[in-house]
Amino acid sequence: MILARAAVLAIATLAVASPVLASESQPTLAELETEVICPTCHTTLDQSSSPVADRMRTFIRSRIAAGNTKAEIKGRLVENFGEQVLASPPKKGFNLLAWVLPPVAAVIGAAVIGMLAVRWSRRRDGHDGEEPVGVAEPDVEQQIDDELARLDA
Amino acid sequence: MATGLRRVGQALAIAVVLALLAVLAWRVVRKSDGGAAAAIRRGEHPVAPNFDLSRLDGPGSLQVSALRGKAVVLNFWASWCLPCKKEAPLLEEASQAWRSKGVVVVGVDANDFKSDARRFARRYRITYPLVYDGPGKWLDDYGLSAFPETFFVRPDGRLSSWVQGELSKEEIETGIRKALRS
Repeated sequence: MILARAAVLAIATLAVASPVLASESQPTLAELETEVICPTCHTTLDQSSSPVADRMRTFIRSRIAAGNTKAEIKGRLVENFGEQVLASPPKKGFNLLAWVLPPVAAVIGAAVIGMLAVRWSRRRDGHDGEEPVGVAEPDVEQQIDDELARLDA
Repeated sequence: MATGLRRVGQALAIAVVLALLAVLAWRVVRKSDGGAAAAIRRGEHPVAPNFDLSRLDGPGSLQVSALRGKAVVLNFWASWCLPCKKEAPLLEEASQAWRSKGVVVVGVDANDFKSDARRFARRYRITYPLVYDGPGKWLDDYGLSAFPETFFVRPDGRLSSWVQGELSKEEIETGIRKALRS
């Protein structure tokens, strides 16, 4: 039973990992076009027909034909055009924050919303331990009743 | 205690939002001021933004400020730009003709592959200094909107005029004379 589960897990991992690995070692022009920015028009290459975008496509085609990996091709582009040529920031150094902060913020946000939801539901049920909102002290309550009676009279 | 913590949290959140707004405003203002080109259009003569870029035609780097005392023709180009190919021989000619009169032509290759730029320089037999700004870090400071664009710098380091697009022989002459006069 344990062996069967391990086999299923291994197959699932391979199924997810193999396209990623294939894309890394044998990238296509179409996928790189969506990951690289044209420096003059500031859109991804697949959206651009500027002369520099054409030149970059030619470069990418030649590097794919030469057997370069995706990381190698991107590295060469960064060498020439700087890191802003990449559509998403590299996962290292200060840029790592761009990858780490959104999920962390999402988790913290979900936790805060969850805590608030629990607190509100407790308050509505009157299990909060605090005085319910809107219930005044007995003498104040009496004073309000008196005032209302006086107004009705 | 809990109220105190809540107040600190709120103050921190407001501070973060204000800081982000300040950064956004700074970016918008910086992007929209149009750089040196816009200043020239307004009739101003700002000091040429002082880049320090690596040489394409040899080792080392070149700073604009190192050329004080000379009039400079600062030509922004890229090897994939068609008008740049047409004006390159004119700039080379001007460089040869004006070199002895205290004029330096400098080519700034930007948004380009270094290897393409070197090939371009060989093909058009460029002998004037060339620097490389592949990522185009200085384009915003100069306010470039397309290639080629050329700035004429006075001997005191201030920009005298600017030409957008392909240069003619007359525009080069006029630009140099104006830079030397002022």
